[in-house]
Amino acid sequence: MSKNDQLHDTLEQAQAETGMESTQDARMGEGVDSRFNSKLRQAFGHTPFILTKFDEFMNWVRGSSMFMLLFGIACCSIEMMHTYAVKHDLDRFGAGVPRASPRQADVIIVPGTIVSKFAPRMKRVYDQMPEPKFVVSMGSCTISGGPFQEGYNVIKGAEEVIPVDIHVPGCPPRPEALIYGVAKLQERIANGESAPVTVKPYELEEFGDLEQDELVQKLADEVDEDDLVMRYNWAESP
Amino acid sequence: MSLEEPRPPTESDVGVTAEGDLDYDELADLLGDHVVDREQHVNAEGFVIRPDEVEAVLSTLRDEAGFDHCSCVTAQEYQDRYESIYHLKKYDDPTQELSVVVPTPRDNPVSQSGAGVFDTAEWHEREAYDLVGVEYEDHPDLRRILLPETWQGHPLSLDYNQDQPQIVPLREHANPMEKRTKVPDDPDTMFVNIGPHHPATHGVLHVKTTLDGEQIADIDPDIGYLHRCEEQMCQQGTYRHQIMPYPDRWDYISAGLLNEWAYARAAEDLADIDVPEYAQVIRTMSAEFSRIAAHLLAVATFALDIYGDFTAIFMYGIRDREVIQNILEDLTGQRLMFNYFRLGGVAWDLPEPREEFFEQIRDFLDEWPERLEEYHNLLTSNELFQLRVVDTGVLPPEEAKSYGATGPVARGSGIDYDLRRDDPYGYYDELEWDVITDDGCDNFSRAVVRLKEMEQSARIIEQCVDLLEDWPEDEREIQSNVPRTLRPDPDKEIYRAVEGAKGELGIYIRSDGTDKPARFKIRSPCFCNLQTLPVMAEGEYVPDMIAALGSLDIVLGEVDR
Repeated sequence: MSKNDQLHDTLEQAQAETGMESTQDARMGEGVDSRFNSKLRQAFGHTPFILTKFDEFMNWVRGSSMFMLLFGIACCSIEMMHTYAVKHDLDRFGAGVPRASPRQADVIIVPGTIVSKFAPRMKRVYDQMPEPKFVVSMGSCTISGGPFQEGYNVIKGAEEVIPVDIHVPGCPPRPEALIYGVAKLQERIANGESAPVTVKPYELEEFGDLEQDELVQKLADEVDEDDLVMRYNWAESP
Repeated sequence: MSLEEPRPPTESDVGVTAEGDLDYDELADLLGDHVVDREQHVNAEGFVIRPDEVEAVLSTLRDEAGFDHCSCVTAQEYQDRYESIYHLKKYDDPTQELSVVVPTPRDNPVSQSGAGVFDTAEWHEREAYDLVGVEYEDHPDLRRILLPETWQGHPLSLDYNQDQPQIVPLREHANPMEKRTKVPDDPDTMFVNIGPHHPATHGVLHVKTTLDGEQIADIDPDIGYLHRCEEQMCQQGTYRHQIMPYPDRWDYISAGLLNEWAYARAAEDLADIDVPEYAQVIRTMSAEFSRIAAHLLAVATFALDIYGDFTAIFMYGIRDREVIQNILEDLTGQRLMFNYFRLGGVAWDLPEPREEFFEQIRDFLDEWPERLEEYHNLLTSNELFQLRVVDTGVLPPEEAKSYGATGPVARGSGIDYDLRRDDPYGYYDELEWDVITDDGCDNFSRAVVRLKEMEQSARIIEQCVDLLEDWPEDEREIQSNVPRTLRPDPDKEIYRAVEGAKGELGIYIRSDGTDKPARFKIRSPCFCNLQTLPVMAEGEYVPDMIAALGSLDIVLGEVDR
C-alpha cells in the first residue's frame, strides 16, 4: 500500500501530506469543461476516491433523467411530438419529461429551421437554461440550413448560434433516429463529455458595441444603444 | 341559426351568364373607365386599373358584382414596373374568378390600399411591401410583417443583394413592467408577450397582447419567426422535380400531400398536363389520409390547449396518426415529407402486395367510427370542454368572409365553402360525401367541423379503395407523358387553389419561358385565418384567446412560408 492510498483523517492532512493540487483543478483538465462544476463537487471535492465515483454518479444521474425543453419550431417538432408520445415513448429512456420553462430543462432539442428573426430568441431561451445544459439539433435545417440553405433569411445551422452536442440528420429524422440521438447524448453525458462552449459567429450584443459601419449608422435612429441585437454577416456564412 | 344576410339576387347576377360563367365584357362595362387594359390569365381575366383607383374598383366589384372573397394579393417586380394582383372570387361559386391588376412605376411603386374594402388585404399588402417593396397608400398599418423591422431591402425585388449584412434586434428582453405597461390612451393596461417560444402558440408565433385587467384590450399577432423563404426556394427550382419537395414543408402537419396537390394542380393547368384517372383516385385517397392526420393533430393539440391534457386525447390522436403515417409510409416511402405527387400523376403505384395494403386501410376504416366516437365522448360531449369553448372566440360570417377565412374556420362560421365540391378537381366530384358546416361560429363549432370532416374523409377513402381494388390491371396508368423539361409559354399567369387541411391553399405562378417560375406566390389559408384572431379574442380572457388560437389550427410553416 503506497503512501498516497492511505486514508487520512482530515482534508488538510491529506493535502499537506500528498502535496497534490485540488482534485477539482486536476479534473478541470482536458476533456471536461467548466460546465461540470457544481456546488456538490466543491463541497466534497478533496478526497479523490469518493470524488471520482461521485462524479461518475452525477453524470449517470444527469444522463438518466433528462428534462427536455418543450420547444417546437418547424416540421421536425411534429416528429419530436411523436417521439414523446405513444409508440416511441422517449420517456422509456429516461429522457421524456418535456418542460415548458427553460429554467427547468437540461436538454434543448432544436427541431426546425432557424431564421434571422428567431435566432436571437432561441439564443435567449438557451441562455435561460441552467448549467449543465445540452443541445440536440434535429434535422438538416439545424445542421446546415437544409433545403432552405440558400434562403435570404435562413441561419445556416444551429451551431451558428448555440453549441450543439448531437446532430440528428434527416428531413425530418424519424422518431427512431431522434431516440438514437438522445441515447448517444446520454452515453456522452455518462462519459462526462460535452460540446465545448465557444463563441459562435452570431452572438447577442448591445447595439452600441457593434463596429461602426454604414449599416449601423443607418439604423442608429431606429435602435437604442443598449438594445440587444444579432448581426448577420451573410457573405461569411458557410 | 344562420347569421348570413341573404343577398338581393340581382347583386351577384351582374356579369354572370345564364350558364353560370362570368361575362367579362359586362364586368368591364360595370367598371367603365376604370379598366385601362385587359389581360388573359389562365384561370381568369385580369383587369388592369390605375393605382389610385383600387378602392373604387374593389368596392364596386364586391358590392355590385358579388366578388366577396379576396383570395390573395400577389405583388411582383418586372423589369419596367411593379404589379399587384388582387385575386377575387365568390364564396358562392369560386370558379367565378377575376384578377385586378395594378401596375405601378418602378421609380414610384405606390398604389392605393385595398384594405378598406377587404380586411384580408391588410396583411397581404404588408407582405407585399415587406418582400417586394410595393407601397400602399392609406394602408392602416404599413410595416414589415415577415422580416424584422430593421431589415434592409426587399428580398423578392430584382436588385436585392442577399449577401449584405443585416442587424436584428431582440426587444423582448426589456422589462415588460417598466415602460410598456401603459398604452397612451389607457393608463391601466398591461403588456404581455406570448411567444414566440410558448407551448400554446402552436409553433413560433408571437402574440403581443395588451391586457385591461384580465381581458384582452388589444392583440397583435407578430409572425415571421419561421419565414424560410419558401417562395424564393420555389422560384429557384425547376417545375418538373425541384419544386415538389417544398410544398410538403408548408403545412407540415402530415398535410404534405394536400400541399403537393396545390402545386401539382397549378403547374398542370399552367403547362396543360393531363392526369390519368387512376392517378387521380390515388391522389384523392392519399390526400384524404393527409387531411385526417392533420385534423387529428389539430384536435389533439386543441385538447392540449384546453385541458392541458397530455395524456388521453393527445396520445389518442398521436396513436391514430401513427396508423395513418404507417399507411402513407407504405405508399410514399416517407412518414411526413412525402414527395409523392409528380406533375402528371404520382411517383409510383400502390405497394405490392396490393391486397395487404388494402387490408391495412380497411382495418383502419373499420376501427375508425369507434375511434371517432371516442373523440366525441372525450371532447364534444364533455361538459368541461363545452364550458371552455361554447360561445367563446365568436367569428361572425361577414367578418370571416372579409378576412378571407376558409377551411374549417369558415365552415365553422356557417359558410358553405369547400373547393373540393365548389371548384372540383381530382376525383372528388365522382364520389359521395358531404361538406360539413356549423352555424355556431365559436371555438366549439370549429372543433366539431374538424371531427365531422374526418368522418367524411374516411367515406371518401373507402370509396377510393373500392375503386382501386377493382381497377383493371392493364389500365393502371400512374403518370401521363410529361416532357423532361417544362417550359411554359412566357408571361402565362395562373392562380389555382385546392382545399388544403386548413382551407384554400392557392398558388400563383407566372412563367417567363424558362424552366423555372418567374414568380411563385403561395396563398396560405393559415395566414388569412390567423388575421381573424383579433376579432375572436379582443374583449375576451387570455384562456379564451388561447382556445381561439387553438381552434384556428394554424401551422406556422404555412403562415410564414
